[in-house]
Amino acid sequence: MLRFIVRRLLQLIPILLGLSILLFAWLRALPGGPAVAALGERATPAKIAEYNRVFGLDEPLWTQYLRFLGRALRLDFGTSQTTGRAVTDEFFTRFPGTVELTVFAMVFAIGIGIPLGYLAARKHGSWIDSTSVIGSLLGVTIPVFFLAYLFRLLFAVQLGWLPGSGRQDVRMEATHVTNFYVLDGLLTREWDAAWDALQHLILPGIALGTIPLAIIVRITRASVLDVVNEDYVRTAQAKGLANDTVRRRHILRNALLPVSTTIGLQTGLLLSGAVLTETVFAFGGVGSTLREAISTRDYALLQGFILILAVVYVLVNLLVDVSYGLLDPRVRVK
Amino acid sequence: MTASLGDRRRERIDALAARAGALPEGDGGVSLVKSAFRRLRRNPVFLIGAVIVVVFLLVALFAPWLAPRDPYAQSLLSEVRQGSIPGSREGYPLGVDQLGRDLFSRLIYGSRQSLLIGVVSTVLGAVAGMMLGVLAGAFGGLVDTLVMRFVDIILSVPGLLMAISISVLLGQNQVSLMIAIAVTQIPLFARLLRGSMLVQRDRDYAVAAQALGVRRRNVVLGHVLPNSLSPVIVQATLSLATAIIEAAALSFLGLGDPDISRPEWGAMLASAQSVLSVRAELAIYPALCIIVVALGFTLVGESLREALDPKFRR
Amino acid sequence: MQRRRTTRALAASAAALTAVTLSACASSDRDSATTDDAAKSGGTLVFGAPGDPAMFDPAFATDGESFRVTRQLYDGLLTTKEGSADIAPALSESYDVSDDGLTYTFHLRDDVTFTDGTDFNAEAVCANFERWYNFEGLAAAPAASEYYQNVFGGFASTPDVPSLYKSCSAEDATTAVVEISQVTSRFPAALTLPSFAMQSPTALEKYDANNLSGNEDALTYPAYALEHPTGTGPFKLESWDRGNGEVTIVRNEDYWGEPAALDKIIFRTISDGNTRRQELEAGSIDGYDLVAPADYAALEDGGFQVLPRDPFNILYLAINGGNIAGSQSNPALKDPRVRQAIAYAIDRDTIVKSLLPDGAEAAIEFVPPTVDGWTEDVPRYDYDPAKAKQLLTEAGAMGTTLRFYYPTDVSRPYLPDPAAMFEVINKNLVDAGFTTEPVSLPWNPDYLDAVSAGQADLHLLGWTGDYNDAYNFIGTFFADAGGGQSKEEFGAFASPEIFDALATADAEPDPATRTELYQEANKAIMDFLPAVPISHSPNALAVSDKVSGLTPSPLSAEDFATVSISD
Repeated sequence: MLRFIVRRLLQLIPILLGLSILLFAWLRALPGGPAVAALGERATPAKIAEYNRVFGLDEPLWTQYLRFLGRALRLDFGTSQTTGRAVTDEFFTRFPGTVELTVFAMVFAIGIGIPLGYLAARKHGSWIDSTSVIGSLLGVTIPVFFLAYLFRLLFAVQLGWLPGSGRQDVRMEATHVTNFYVLDGLLTREWDAAWDALQHLILPGIALGTIPLAIIVRITRASVLDVVNEDYVRTAQAKGLANDTVRRRHILRNALLPVSTTIGLQTGLLLSGAVLTETVFAFGGVGSTLREAISTRDYALLQGFILILAVVYVLVNLLVDVSYGLLDPRVRVK
Repeated sequence: MTASLGDRRRERIDALAARAGALPEGDGGVSLVKSAFRRLRRNPVFLIGAVIVVVFLLVALFAPWLAPRDPYAQSLLSEVRQGSIPGSREGYPLGVDQLGRDLFSRLIYGSRQSLLIGVVSTVLGAVAGMMLGVLAGAFGGLVDTLVMRFVDIILSVPGLLMAISISVLLGQNQVSLMIAIAVTQIPLFARLLRGSMLVQRDRDYAVAAQALGVRRRNVVLGHVLPNSLSPVIVQATLSLATAIIEAAALSFLGLGDPDISRPEWGAMLASAQSVLSVRAELAIYPALCIIVVALGFTLVGESLREALDPKFRR
Repeated sequence: MQRRRTTRALAASAAALTAVTLSACASSDRDSATTDDAAKSGGTLVFGAPGDPAMFDPAFATDGESFRVTRQLYDGLLTTKEGSADIAPALSESYDVSDDGLTYTFHLRDDVTFTDGTDFNAEAVCANFERWYNFEGLAAAPAASEYYQNVFGGFASTPDVPSLYKSCSAEDATTAVVEISQVTSRFPAALTLPSFAMQSPTALEKYDANNLSGNEDALTYPAYALEHPTGTGPFKLESWDRGNGEVTIVRNEDYWGEPAALDKIIFRTISDGNTRRQELEAGSIDGYDLVAPADYAALEDGGFQVLPRDPFNILYLAINGGNIAGSQSNPALKDPRVRQAIAYAIDRDTIVKSLLPDGAEAAIEFVPPTVDGWTEDVPRYDYDPAKAKQLLTEAGAMGTTLRFYYPTDVSRPYLPDPAAMFEVINKNLVDAGFTTEPVSLPWNPDYLDAVSAGQADLHLLGWTGDYNDAYNFIGTFFADAGGGQSKEEFGAFASPEIFDALATADAEPDPATRTELYQEANKAIMDFLPAVPISHSPNALAVSDKVSGLTPSPLSAEDFATVSISD
């Protein structure tokens, strides 16, 4: 198992190197190049020349690339042009919010998706089946920002049931230790703060969770259907094993393998920027910050965020892979 | 193939390719396409999807004849007030938008933009992806490794982030929008075609052709490639739906078409958010158009996939 | 010098500037929140601001969001009366002017201390003037101290740039004498600007207030500006949570005037206008700024108060007359007939009725009607597409292509929805026979940079006035920017008539004569047509029915000390 993990980790290296080359190229290709990206578009030619000299942008490309890589390894992506803070600081202030939101969305998607998908497959052809198939198709075709708007308009503005923006009521005098607001509330025993933060997760979390939900329903249904028809299941049934045992041991366990992959992939995707949903709900996470960086052309921030997020995405994928290896021994030996 | 970065998404694509490729040969002389088509005709899901797609195509093609008015004319602007927008009336079946333009005509013309963006970006993505896939599938070895590594790198950046980076890089215009969406599609097609070609390459006809001394290029282009296309076509249909939705998302983020007067569903939806409380229809209709068309392509794509997949043939 | 001009254009467009204005017409009932006697003192107000502040040292601030906060933390020597634009005393109870108009004697209040305990006196006043005048390095960069440079010109360290400020001396504890180098309509009116608020000399020194770092394009501010702003105002800064966009200020218990009613105000940044409205409706904020015109009715129906500010601004379509050497500007725009065709092509009345809130007016010149110097007798260009076509044909410029710039992702007090405004004007121009090439850019910095560098043929921009002075509008736009040319924003046109008219009027000490001179300048401008004036448009704040005492200011200079909130 350890060897498997080490092998996977080693395989990350070329990907990350490639990615850094890609981002380096992206930065070079931006209008005005890295100097403008770092100084902003109001930079005068003299300033740009000075920047280029100081940061060695007149040196050969490969020296520049190595320097870029060195800074990236130290998580140094310069300062944001809009806030004047280090991009890395900016990222780690925002990331906990996105993590909380992702966790909520995935819990929602998994908690509903797997039972629903399983049920649909077991009652293949019934109304439950057709409803969940149609529902899951709709789930992936509705533009997520439109759904988010509808949710907000209906549940936050019209009905006033739930908060529709931000991460916590600003009137709440909450102590923030980790920047995970729900966790902070629990740690400091400010129960009302935790509860308030949790409420703020509900609407964006559900909106964000619809796509993973739709996909999980579909995959669960398809893979349960696949597994039900496998020989070993029929054998088990023929042997006269109790239905419950067959379901648990043979069907669910095998059917959940591909589902767990999907869950991992979707988690990675959500973590890497729920740009649309966070924007609609003015949720102070990584996604809404990216959106602002786009509109203000804050290249330093965009560059840093994209690189860190890509790394996060790759790491989550690795995690999925490793857990897959744990679940399915066949993968390890392949 | 060495299992590289553990990305199961790829494996699913590869599995799909393998399945689609591993079709039983012959089938009593009935070609794969024919038998698939026979089953499709009886599939209500496919039919619903097909009707949506055909209607959409017709509307897009004949927009100038179908639209009752000039979609750019601000004919009722003088009756628009902040906080009230004229609703449906004689000659304006769905009312007008916040600048007094006929909503119905704009929706009809909007289909052209969606079709254009969807088709161009999918074709771009498919062609680029297929070229990579053919390279990898046909040559194998080092080329295969290099190409697939490159594809893995693209895959390691989440789709929307990739599209945003490219839009930011190329500036705000329609071409960069299409390229941005296309790039996110490349890995899918590359892996799909490569996987499917790997399967085809080892099939009897390919081995036979090579044994008979047919040049490798001809075997690949004349035999292996055409036989590997069906999963690509399926994927292209599904990608069209994704492209239309993604275009709307980029419009929403302000990275869409800079000509904001041009009717485009995503842009219409985004700009209607500010008058949601005045006339929600201005947002709802374009959203419905996007959903229905994306659903149409998805239904067609899914049923094609089922029809072509031997697993579902039982 | 070019750098300088760029920055001035930025200042021109910077949001809610402030200061003294003319007497705004007495606000109607709807204008001011009802004074509810039941409203208790205390409580927290959460206010939705459209953007983040930059920092809280007003001498370095340039944007309306920073000023919105600093206005509550500091007082100036002079201020404006609540809800109007009349000059009112503040830290200086009165002042005398010498006969030559060059020496001002300010008589200060003697009961004022800064929130760090430092005494406010004539020494402190002079310390502030000397601080500004002695800015150097980054602090003297155009991007850092724009307002000072716009009003006072150069610094001690830049002897080649004329300085309006000459000296300040403390005659006794409550008498400060300031000498200036020339008569101008800017002084002392500019002392009502929040930039020239009085700051504690002790705190300035302790927290290293002048020590800016970074570079001119990405300034990093010292601890003073970020954490320890120290003034004499009704509130004190408690915290600034930048990650979440929340500024918290609390009541200054030792305030020299009537203490603030509220315990605490939280300014929360919500950049999207729809979100601001929905937050107010959902009750998570108590008020917000820049209400979209389309939302007025819905908010009032929902029991909220919409508080419109009287229009004290101008929206214009700038024309680049193509004089900038080496730029790709369109030579056709040098022809007055083509510029007139643009003016005739635009349907201002429909724009005002359909795109702007009630109370907006079509503009016939570049100052609002309430400003001295406005006149009806300017050349008029009422909507006439046929005439526009005819002029275009005569000039042989039918179908000429214009690169038309407009900003995205922004709402300005004078321009609530730039995209809609662009679409309508664009259609007007196309209908009149022009061809246009639309270019949209993010507001800051891309758009402002591009248009102030003269890259656009046509662009939309506007200005909110600082005080009741025509020069503050037309002088800012059309004065000689050096070398006998206007700013590049207006295509560096050369019109000695306009330049002379403006310079003569600014230096005229007699108010009545000055007004007449400004009227002449307005005529000259509308005759030359370096831009097309479009509209004067009100903008509004909205608050819930629990909030009282917030009086909208035409200058966006609202004072939150009088605001109270009921349960």
